[in-house]
Amino acid sequence: MSEAIMIRDAVCSFCGCLCDDINVEVEDGKVSRVRHACRLGSSKIMGHGRIQSPMIRKDGVLVAASFSEAYERAAQILLAASKPLLYGWASTSCEAAKKGILLAEEVGGVLDSTATVCHGPSVIGIEEKGLPGATLGQVKNRADTIVFWGCNPAEAHPRHSLRYSSNSSGKFTPQGREGRKIIVVDVRETRTSKNADKFMRIVPGSDYEVISALRMLIAGKGEILPDVIGGVKKVDLADIAATLKSARFGAIFFGLGITHSRGRYKNIDNALSLVAELNSHTKFVIMPMRGHYNVGGIGQVLAWSSGYPMSVDFTRGAPYFNPGETAACDLLAKRDVDAALIIAADAVSNFPHATAEGLASIPVIQIDPYENPTTILSDVVIPCAIAGVEVEGTAYRMDGLALRLRKLVDSSLPSDEEILTGILESVHRQRQRKANQGA
Amino acid sequence: MIIRGGIVYDPANGIYGDEMDLFIDKGRMVESAKGEEIDARGLLVMPGGVDAHSHIAGKKVNTGRIMRPDDARLGTQPRTAVCRPSTGYTVPNCYAMGYRYARMGYTTAFEAATPILEARHTHEELEEIPIIDKGALTLFGNNWQVMECVRDKDLSKLAAYVAWGLRAARGYGVKIVNPGGGEAWGFGTNVKGVNDAVPNFDVTPAEIIRGLAEANEMLRLPHSIHLHFNNLGKPGNYTTAIETLDMLKDIKPSRMRQVVHVAHMQFSAYGGTSWRDFESKAPAIADYFNGHSHATMDMGQLLFGSATTMTADAPLEYGNARLTHNKWSNHDIELEESSGVVPMAYFRKMLVNAVQWAIGLELALLVKDPWKVLLTTDHPNGSPFVNYPEVITLLMSRPKREAEMATLHDQVPKRTTLAGIEREMDWTDIAIMTRAAPARILGLEDKGHLGPGADGDVSIYDLRPEEVDTSQDHALVKKSLATAKYTIKGGVVVSKEGQILATPPGRTFWVDAAVPQPEADRVMVDLEEKFARYYSVQMANYAVQDAYLPHGKAILAGLSISRGVA
Repeated sequence: MSEAIMIRDAVCSFCGCLCDDINVEVEDGKVSRVRHACRLGSSKIMGHGRIQSPMIRKDGVLVAASFSEAYERAAQILLAASKPLLYGWASTSCEAAKKGILLAEEVGGVLDSTATVCHGPSVIGIEEKGLPGATLGQVKNRADTIVFWGCNPAEAHPRHSLRYSSNSSGKFTPQGREGRKIIVVDVRETRTSKNADKFMRIVPGSDYEVISALRMLIAGKGEILPDVIGGVKKVDLADIAATLKSARFGAIFFGLGITHSRGRYKNIDNALSLVAELNSHTKFVIMPMRGHYNVGGIGQVLAWSSGYPMSVDFTRGAPYFNPGETAACDLLAKRDVDAALIIAADAVSNFPHATAEGLASIPVIQIDPYENPTTILSDVVIPCAIAGVEVEGTAYRMDGLALRLRKLVDSSLPSDEEILTGILESVHRQRQRKANQGA
Repeated sequence: MIIRGGIVYDPANGIYGDEMDLFIDKGRMVESAKGEEIDARGLLVMPGGVDAHSHIAGKKVNTGRIMRPDDARLGTQPRTAVCRPSTGYTVPNCYAMGYRYARMGYTTAFEAATPILEARHTHEELEEIPIIDKGALTLFGNNWQVMECVRDKDLSKLAAYVAWGLRAARGYGVKIVNPGGGEAWGFGTNVKGVNDAVPNFDVTPAEIIRGLAEANEMLRLPHSIHLHFNNLGKPGNYTTAIETLDMLKDIKPSRMRQVVHVAHMQFSAYGGTSWRDFESKAPAIADYFNGHSHATMDMGQLLFGSATTMTADAPLEYGNARLTHNKWSNHDIELEESSGVVPMAYFRKMLVNAVQWAIGLELALLVKDPWKVLLTTDHPNGSPFVNYPEVITLLMSRPKREAEMATLHDQVPKRTTLAGIEREMDWTDIAIMTRAAPARILGLEDKGHLGPGADGDVSIYDLRPEEVDTSQDHALVKKSLATAKYTIKGGVVVSKEGQILATPPGRTFWVDAAVPQPEADRVMVDLEEKFARYYSVQMANYAVQDAYLPHGKAILAGLSISRGVA
């Protein structure tokens, strides 16, 4: 048995925290031990049940195929479609995203990311108001007041609190958790709320009212508020408002509890306004808790390539963006796309029912390391190597910081980027063939 | 390649409108060559344009795109057999940046401000911009390590850190933005002048600027410090500008160039005590530049219409957002910087905007030596770079200026001296301000001129300098400058009459400055502590990896000359 190789400071490609202090031991080409990572990250890096071979559906059954057969079939599906959807992109590298955008341009498709069922409303809020943010290290070094609103990092981003937020320490925050005030706003108790100094339990769907009330209290117009707002007593809210105003450096982290409850992007719009106004009194920043490790990255790449961060329609040759019209869920629910390529995301498990049904009614190409409910309705399944474990690449942390993912072990499978290149080449070949036949 | 019979303006080589043939071989200018012939008889020929200050890549540019889908729609063009799609006006997508610079005859542009920590993102975007050569200036003015070295008066350690930071960022030069103010903004405040102490760091902006200027010269960097003044954008700030410049006048440059380049001077040439009595102090600034030789500037010209302000001067952007009730993005970068982005529109009838418009022109026209003034709009802060032809015609034509002034707020002649300025620039002035001077100021030896060995970057315009009256025919001049007849980049015709013909990848210049090992080791002790305690990333993951500069071009500099030339 060969000696274990220790890889230090690897970047974990699980969640938007992109923890970059992971030490990994590799023995005989396999990961044998993972240190510093949380359970979620460890499990991903250690590896589990993978799709072994490409598959193509024949007579209703997925049967094993070669990669080149799978690329040819995928290209056929995309070329036959008048408006294909290329969806996912949250759990792969920016290098794959670049190839995907090129493919979407080439076949005249719509490219959308999982943000559409996640922080898409945050993006729309930012289009309305801008994003007053910071890198996570700024919060670590300076924040004495932190609000978690509609998010539960203790479960979803397990190392967030220790590395970046409530329990971290830095230059101006040497006492760590002791020196901070932590406020949690949610509709239920969570593991995160148990670590809070103040837990404000609000009535589901009342985020907008509560934020508005805080804005009024901070503006000194609290006297016209009712006694109870969103299930919270006005006096308690006034306390919170006073805490926010007296912060030396405050940070709000928000999650899907506010982006996908009643009000959606309006909630974010309102929260962004709250933060802008707080900056007239003190220093405040706000940040979405991005879920998948590179859901931020696809937004960045898409923005610099097309001008828009999500839901980009390339069917007219030039990028067109109108969420509500060009977002994956709307397109599928309205049966407005006629083929789909799903990559690095499990669409079926996360889409609303009508949308998933839409997906079931059209040809689907899946590129993923793992079998999941999307596999069941796919016509072509292409397994890939895992970025950040088996492939190098770029990912953007939840605060927009780009980091280089490492390759820890070899894989016999191609990367997402290589697979997309293969499909792109098949698209070119099939087009050429068709052109030759026509001539 | 042979370019036949053009009227050539190559001021760096003392050529001012001579009819001559030019030759390019293997991407460089040579004394004779064979191959493709381009007929440029009687036409205006200049080196490819060089933009030394433009916000073209990185986090704040992309933030501008993300918060402005309204802007993206303005510039939409579909993909073609050669081109990727274009979008955007003030914040174009990466592809549009390359195509639009090339269409105008520009072949080089430098991103003006990148924090080290976020340089990886900047290089991702730079690499995606086709055709043009690029570089990125690196932000140092609010950096904890810098401020600690300055506080300890440890100049050699500071120089070693600057060299390390440039290498980590794959950066080209030292950018300083509102020194100390960005750190103060970490707790929501600002510094008010160059002698105002930076909270928690026991240094002043003046000490930071001077320290970095001295370190810059110790390292013999190709470019000088590139400075965005404190108090930028505020009435009365011209005194800060002059005070700052004056404290740098005794520093000896290590190369044949300025000691300080002032970014977008227009935004720091303001008189008055408030927006109410706001007025131009361009004449005082111009006097200073005319009387001193250690400083250069770029205009930062403002034009009416849409802009997107983006800067590492974060408190300024918060002020912009509050003033205009516009949307506001802010982004603080741990241990290094802060920054902000706010959309903006400038109006002819808004007195402040009209005076700002006049100030940029006054500066360019009142400074006698065109080698000291670069033509920029601080893209996209004053206006998008596609409007350079508008700026050029304003400088070349007094009748155009008069016609424009007639449409402005009627107080402009009282608040500025523009109406009385007779100077009309000629093609030599323009070739200097858009080609020769930016290359010299940046220290790019192979750019901005057409001598043997220079890069084969040439722009040819459908204008006959010997016939056209640039004073009267300004509309024709503007139209012709907006779309070069030919843009040649590295010996390849990349654009012809507005059509992009080829999209070769551009190179990215960065500076690799050597320092003695003991100095580097001393810095490392400090940095190891900073990464262990303060940064949210590991040192091993901090520096930009080679993978991000597939077309990188290192320029060597530094304290030790043993590494020789590239």
